[in-house]
Amino acid sequence: MTTPEPAWRLAAPAGAFIDRGSPLHFTFEGRRFPAYAGDTVASALAANGVSVLSRSFKYHRPRGIVSLAGCEANTLVDVNGVPNVLAESHRLADGDRVLGQNYWGSLAFDLNSWIGAFGRFFPVGFYYRAFYRPRGAWRFWEPFIRRMAGLGKVDPAAAHGRYDKAHLFAEVAVVGGGAAGLGAALAAAERGGRVIVIDDQPALGGALNYRRYDAAGQRGCQERDALLARLAASSNVTILTEARCEGLFADNWLAVVRGRRLYKLRAREVVLATGALEQPALFRNNDLPGIVYGSAAQKLIRLYGVRPGTRAVVLTANDPGYGVALDLLDAGIEVAAVLDARKEPSGPLHAAVLARSVPVAAGTIISEAAGRRHVRGVVTARLGGAAGVGPPATIACDLVCVSVGLAPDLALAAQAGARLVYDAASGMHRPENLPGRVTVVGRANGGSDRDAGLADVAAAWLLQPHPRGKDFVDFDEDLTVQDIVDTVASGFDDIQLLKRYATAGMGPSQGRHSAVNTIRLAARARGADVAAIGTTTARPPWSGESFGVLAGRRSDPVRHTAMHHRHLEAGAQMMAAGAWMRPAYYGGRSRADAAIAGEVAAVRTAAGLIDVSTLGKIEVRGPDAAEFLDRLYATGHRRQPVGRARYALMTDAAGAVTDDGVICRLGETHFFVTATTSGVEAVVRAMYFWNAHWRLDIDVSHVSAAYAAVNLAGPASRAILTDVCRDVDLAPASFPYMGVRNGHVTDVPARILRVGFVGEVGFEIHVPSGCGEFVWDRLMEAGAPLGLRPFGVEAQRVLRLEKGHIIIGQDTDGLTNLMEIGMAPGSGKPFFVGAAALAAHCQRGIARKLVGFTIDSDAAVPKECHLVIEGGEIAGRVTSCVRSATAGRVIGLAYVRLHQAEPGRSFIIRVDGGRLVQATVAPLPFYDPGNERQKA
Amino acid sequence: MKILHCPLNGPRNISEFACLGEVKALPAPQAGTDAWADFVFMERNPAGRVREWWIHLATNYLFIVDRDTRTDEIIATYPIGDPRLDAVPPAGGAP
Repeated sequence: MTTPEPAWRLAAPAGAFIDRGSPLHFTFEGRRFPAYAGDTVASALAANGVSVLSRSFKYHRPRGIVSLAGCEANTLVDVNGVPNVLAESHRLADGDRVLGQNYWGSLAFDLNSWIGAFGRFFPVGFYYRAFYRPRGAWRFWEPFIRRMAGLGKVDPAAAHGRYDKAHLFAEVAVVGGGAAGLGAALAAAERGGRVIVIDDQPALGGALNYRRYDAAGQRGCQERDALLARLAASSNVTILTEARCEGLFADNWLAVVRGRRLYKLRAREVVLATGALEQPALFRNNDLPGIVYGSAAQKLIRLYGVRPGTRAVVLTANDPGYGVALDLLDAGIEVAAVLDARKEPSGPLHAAVLARSVPVAAGTIISEAAGRRHVRGVVTARLGGAAGVGPPATIACDLVCVSVGLAPDLALAAQAGARLVYDAASGMHRPENLPGRVTVVGRANGGSDRDAGLADVAAAWLLQPHPRGKDFVDFDEDLTVQDIVDTVASGFDDIQLLKRYATAGMGPSQGRHSAVNTIRLAARARGADVAAIGTTTARPPWSGESFGVLAGRRSDPVRHTAMHHRHLEAGAQMMAAGAWMRPAYYGGRSRADAAIAGEVAAVRTAAGLIDVSTLGKIEVRGPDAAEFLDRLYATGHRRQPVGRARYALMTDAAGAVTDDGVICRLGETHFFVTATTSGVEAVVRAMYFWNAHWRLDIDVSHVSAAYAAVNLAGPASRAILTDVCRDVDLAPASFPYMGVRNGHVTDVPARILRVGFVGEVGFEIHVPSGCGEFVWDRLMEAGAPLGLRPFGVEAQRVLRLEKGHIIIGQDTDGLTNLMEIGMAPGSGKPFFVGAAALAAHCQRGIARKLVGFTIDSDAAVPKECHLVIEGGEIAGRVTSCVRSATAGRVIGLAYVRLHQAEPGRSFIIRVDGGRLVQATVAPLPFYDPGNERQKA
Repeated sequence: MKILHCPLNGPRNISEFACLGEVKALPAPQAGTDAWADFVFMERNPAGRVREWWIHLATNYLFIVDRDTRTDEIIATYPIGDPRLDAVPPAGGAP
């Protein structure tokens, strides 16, 4: 079955963008309509005689198409659950469900349109003024106002889409594919290098596709075809149609959105050929559906094959307005009159209109339009004479085409840093002070001679408020001429203040149809030159962007250790540690506590193996290596013996603790330094930074990824390691606690450190990353008979807390100094990076201290960051806390006030739900105070 | 996004770099807490030309940048020890 062609469709060749061979259907407000592939929501509705697309923001007035320029507030619709879609930009797919926005009841009969009748009670700044007092009034009214004034609804059940990002590079990027843009692209292409043309329409050509430049109506298409033919012959031009440049950032970095993809385009040169936008005329009821820009009527006819009306009035102040009249006549539309604000119109287009017997009224404007849901006629007025305006006449019509002036689209130029200067001769702004390698061409730069005579004489007569109002300056925010006049009278006469107080240009179209008239009105109200008013600031994005485009696809890098897959095979629950993934514990989530307790018990009674490959690892070599580390770290390393490891603590120059690790002296001039997983980058950076000042003879290599590492800990660990390491004497006497040895595990070369983070006999074994999994397997095999179990980060947290070891970044914060954690170096250490700060801290004293605590009651386990309370005030906070099976109690670390820090003193912690729990300061460590187990 | 010309890696997106602050004379180790407090906490924050430490994060390459804080223009970049650093004074502040 074929659907009959809608009554408003024109026959081919009108409708360059639509494919009559591909019919489709969509619904609007539940009604089913036919359309063609290539139709936008706006064009298809126009083809079906639907002219009300939305209700306005404040007065709920019916609104429809004005510009079809892709930046209107009044054509926002909901498409398939996605709100705020531009009707003139969304190309229909079969089955699309389209809904209007911002109305109660039905779009045709908005129950809130009564608000329009009370317009004079809603003055500009109404919300600021009316709800300012009494206190709390705004909070009461806000939900009602938000509901009345919303812009679309978010559907939480809407389908998720796939969005992505891509990078593009070009010698020259041209924004805008009209005559000027294509000319610039061709010139650039001849110079060589890749040229990219970005245009928001489905086909290149810009205004050449729809504007009428000559009486015959041929010139635009001929010029376009000639340009496109030359373009087709050049091999180095890439065309991006239906793509929109949303931002022009530093060094020609362009954000280009095309569908669901964000292109980040870097260009050596940018040419902005963004063209100009037509501007509205100000008269009463100038917002009625059926009142459109002349260019919008031409787009409907030529691009979409839609007859925009049956009887038209053309209001113009320039020659192209007569081109509009000719296009209307050619489309079979009766042109009731052409009203020209100029006293003496002339030119070939004017002559052609006269030749077709259309009445032309010079020196005539529209003072008012009539109609309720669609324009029914206009009241004209003659300019000049003693009263300024002559006697009115009424003309019946269902279409008004307004062609009274252009505003160049300089948003991107302004983003790039251009200053916009008003040029009184052309009535337009032009860009000045453009940064290097950005140029503006064509109409955006004041134009060519193509539209000569397009100076806006409009300004002279458009700016008088209509006595009965409803002469809208800003369609987004329903601002009338009087609103702008009142705003200036209220003292908000600076354009930036005016914009914010009146909300002029703050709606979705961002002032593209209102900014110029607002500036002119402000100038008139202040009695100043338009040039003196200035412009508001243009910021990206050019139009609304969806969150999906901004979020894009996640591409966070994740690092896996060499043993990653062994952990997965063993059933590990993995957790993020910086960019790394680490095993939290081994076993099912439902039995996490039991799994962690089992791992803790294995380490304390037999042995455990933990993957510590994520540790930061740095090689420091050179004659000055010991001196360098001694200056950088708060701990002492100058006289550190070869073959020994030392705990190392780093501060910044302000004395705050920044990292810790172990420094191993492998030779007189060779140190191996470990750092925290997430801190190593900053440690390496600090090393380079400080040695740029000190110029010591050293070399720093960041080797974190080069080594896999495990910590084998527990009473059985020595026996297990003996089984696989034959060339290092592991006996306590020859390899004591904090010793370092080079050797082999099976036949893999290894650095073995006797360190004790968990408080048992332990060996930290570093091997080349490629051998990590092999060594892990050999150790697990060797340990199986002795009860060796892998353990994860959670068990390690318990074990280290039992030993009272701190974790930098968890038990310290950005201000923690060495005295607060009881680790200030002795007087034998004259200088290190934080020495002066430490001296200042000593002088001034400290106000808090990190202490261990226990809780005897089993009622509650405080969490990290629960507060220590004293006298109703915050006295500190908990940094670590666990229930320790080994200690048989809840243990933890907390910052407390100094007088609370003595062992045996008790203090109060406020836990979840506001309950207060008593804790007692306990000496550290909680476990094995003599360190006999780890030294064994 | 701005481009910064790294003396080692060439022109790269500025997101690959970190600024480590203005180039300042390091106090002597025993200069005392006042001199060190000045070094750590007091910033000149000039409106105009400023000489800064920058580091390319991916390669940990540290170098020096002359920048205009009013325009955010990058005037020049230097490897550490570049003789031009002595020739061009790090003069800051408004002209």
